[in-house]
Amino acid sequence: MSWLFIFVALPFLYAILVPFLYRKFNPRIHTGWLVIVVPLVIFFGLSSYIPEISAGSTFYLSLPWMPAYDINITANIDGLSLTFALIIAGIGLLVTWYSIYYMSRRKEALDNFYIYLLLFMGSMLGLVFSDNIFVLYVFWEITSIASFLLIAYWYERKRSRSGALKSLLITVFGGLTMLAGFILLSMITDSYSIREMISQAAIIQTHSLFIPAMILILLGAFTKSAQFPFSIWLPDAMEAPTPISAYLHSATMVKAGIYLVARLTTVFGGAAEWFWLVTGIGLITLFYGAINAVKQTDLKALLAYSTVSQLGLIMSLLGLGSAALFWGAGDAGAVYAIAIFAAIFHIVNHAAFKGSLFMVAGIIDHELGTRDIRRLGGLMQIMPLSFLLVLIGSFSMAGLPPFNGFLSKELFFTALLNAAKMPFFHMETGGVILVAFAWLASVFTFIYCMIMLFKTFGGVKSQHKLKKKAREARLGILMPPTILAVLVIAIFFYPELLTRNLLQPAWEAVLPTMAAASALQIEVKAWHGINGALLMTMGIIIVGTILYLTFDKWRRLYRFYPETYTLDNLYELVLVKMESASRAATNWYMTGSLRDYLVYILGFTIVLTGGTALLFGGLAFDYSQNSPVHLYEIILLGGMVIAALTVMLAKSRLTSVIAVGTLGFLVVFFFALLRAPDLALTQLVVETVTTVLLLLCLYHLPKLKIEISPLRHKIVNGVISVGVGLVMTIVALSALSTRYFESISDFYLNADKLAGAKNIVNAILVDFRGFDTMLEILVLTIAGLGVFALIKLQLTGREKNEGTK
Amino acid sequence: MKEPNDVILITATKLAVLIIFIFSVHLFVSGHHNPGGGFIGGLAFTAAVVLLYLVHGIGKVQNNLPVDYKIVAGLGVLISVCTGAAGMIGGQPFLNQIFGLVNLPIFGQIEIATAVLFDVGVALAVIGASLTIIISISDDR
Repeated sequence: MSWLFIFVALPFLYAILVPFLYRKFNPRIHTGWLVIVVPLVIFFGLSSYIPEISAGSTFYLSLPWMPAYDINITANIDGLSLTFALIIAGIGLLVTWYSIYYMSRRKEALDNFYIYLLLFMGSMLGLVFSDNIFVLYVFWEITSIASFLLIAYWYERKRSRSGALKSLLITVFGGLTMLAGFILLSMITDSYSIREMISQAAIIQTHSLFIPAMILILLGAFTKSAQFPFSIWLPDAMEAPTPISAYLHSATMVKAGIYLVARLTTVFGGAAEWFWLVTGIGLITLFYGAINAVKQTDLKALLAYSTVSQLGLIMSLLGLGSAALFWGAGDAGAVYAIAIFAAIFHIVNHAAFKGSLFMVAGIIDHELGTRDIRRLGGLMQIMPLSFLLVLIGSFSMAGLPPFNGFLSKELFFTALLNAAKMPFFHMETGGVILVAFAWLASVFTFIYCMIMLFKTFGGVKSQHKLKKKAREARLGILMPPTILAVLVIAIFFYPELLTRNLLQPAWEAVLPTMAAASALQIEVKAWHGINGALLMTMGIIIVGTILYLTFDKWRRLYRFYPETYTLDNLYELVLVKMESASRAATNWYMTGSLRDYLVYILGFTIVLTGGTALLFGGLAFDYSQNSPVHLYEIILLGGMVIAALTVMLAKSRLTSVIAVGTLGFLVVFFFALLRAPDLALTQLVVETVTTVLLLLCLYHLPKLKIEISPLRHKIVNGVISVGVGLVMTIVALSALSTRYFESISDFYLNADKLAGAKNIVNAILVDFRGFDTMLEILVLTIAGLGVFALIKLQLTGREKNEGTK
Repeated sequence: MKEPNDVILITATKLAVLIIFIFSVHLFVSGHHNPGGGFIGGLAFTAAVVLLYLVHGIGKVQNNLPVDYKIVAGLGVLISVCTGAAGMIGGQPFLNQIFGLVNLPIFGQIEIATAVLFDVGVALAVIGASLTIIISISDDR
């Protein structure tokens, strides 16, 4: 057992403890202080791997989970997964710290909050470390579920619930398509390991299932990373508490899709379809997010759209960088590889500045009771520290020096300009459009950054519009965003520290073939002479400033866009239509009549069982092996026939029930005669208990009366009942006469030796097929609880619900 | 259920219930080598309790035997899962049962098997679940 597994397991195990800790210490000690240990341990534990990773080594550990299916829990640590894991643990640490001040320990259900948070942290770490695709998928879905729970944390709000549902529907849909894509990949490569797949990239690229697998997996990545048109869930996810928005919905979870794309770049990269899909969708998202962010008035909504936009930027960089694999390890390849580097760099930068921005937005909301830009203004003097933090964050996001966003933004433009020059994948026509598109989107990025900064903090004080008196927040809550802001500046001045230790190995992990040819060399500098990228940035500042100053004049342009044709409305429409369609379909056959359901069940039994027997030649009648029939057996059978007829013809239900019981007890005789004492005993006891149960049910039923049903029903009933009888008789007779396989019962004859039991039946139950038995009693227990819940809780439950409203 | 008051039934039950209880225990214990086992033993036990209910009414029996059968059922499942998991500590696969012969002072050589513990879980789950169902349905008014 390695430490790495412990790091992944720790959040899950600790989550079990949280409710007890909460009950014991709340409200004396904020639960956050008890939870913060987890990310702290993980962060510093993982940091100890940095020296070895930056020296170029990787770790690969495996723990068998379901070895029979070749599914193992693996920990694959290379630069990429370590970079992500450090972001997850690091931001997790700061967010937990922040949440201690943000979440009230008296009003909020902190145990739920931290359980979900830990659940997310663990699954996200598992996701980035997994090498087995199915384990990865499992963690992937757990992050979706944790996100759902956290968005709906204030579940009494309708918007929280609908936002949570939206994110769940979209991300789980993507998760399922991704699973399908994974299955296709495993069919092509005959392996479940990503490393194995990477080594077989050449085979995958020429396979006929290449395109379907790629599109399915990309759907998963795009939904998770809120790429256009699936981005609609992210703004609604802002209903979550702000620490969660900072953590899941900007720094980590939404980057899972980006992680996947980066991880699989070696598998799919180099193909034109991959290049255009990832780059194109990324750029569209970048543009869409930036345009929409500008018109937001809610700070968090603005940040949400800006996150969408920035995710698009990273995605497009990964797409551009995949061209490196097309060119190979030459000079041309190295030019594109820089885009991958920029993507990884920007992932870190974005986590830093966006995390800090979200936290400050939360602080503003927390201190002033609103985050509506129209109500805010003039906070510069009142909240100078917050102002400084937002200044750093938003300037970094806009790509201005001296902040880290400038470095990665410059690399982005460099990559774009390089891409536009190269004659491949129809770039000669598309290249200019790409550049123009990205530039325009960056202008809008600049504008919304300025809106966020100056509309909130600049201008005149608008104290009268606020509910609370404005004042600077406490130092404790300001510390986490300050740390991030310091990081933002530090990365700008000392990028070497980050690039050499983490980004370089991550880069090499994404492009192992190029790393082998040592084609991945980069030096990140703030000043690299006046070139295309710098000119683009300067253009953005000039045009952006002009547009920002004239914002009030052209913002009404947004009104020309019709309100009804939004993606959100499309989502709502699809949801409503699907609901009504499925209701109509369900109502068509779920009539509520027990008779109809019996007709379905028995009809299908006849068709499936009888049909299969007919189709596959299962019918055979061979009486040569039968033992002679004795007189007492005939007598017993006669008794059974009479009992069965009584059931049907009896005038009262009681008689019918007794006749059913008689029938069952007569079967016991048969078992006893045929030397199956266990069956006889079981049947005896089961029959006793069921008879009592039936009698109990009778108590609730009305008196038996002659049912007058239409002739149509009678005919159907007749056909079905005769059919079932016939099919069952035929199946029973055929089963006796055919022998396709060697009997497995000989194996169980050794029960005494194998299981130490002389009673074979019981040995099968508790030992050979113990799993079946365990699940059976579980099902039985659930059924028991189900009956209890249906009968006992039905009334009281409803009353309680109404009471709380 | 209405409160029954049948002298013959009550008198007969006194003896019958005792016999059924003992028989159910016997069924359970003998399960390893002879016909019987957790499932049958549990059901037989259930039958005895049901007989008590029929004769004395649920309320009276519950007063004297205050058991929440939902918990019994859950406990049974828990025991089964735990005995199954116990083998995993020793590196064995899940649900691998262990058995061996042990010499006890008075009883002589006796076989001990974890399967019996597993069976205890089965019996409890069966008792709990079936009685939960029966009580729920009969209590519904």
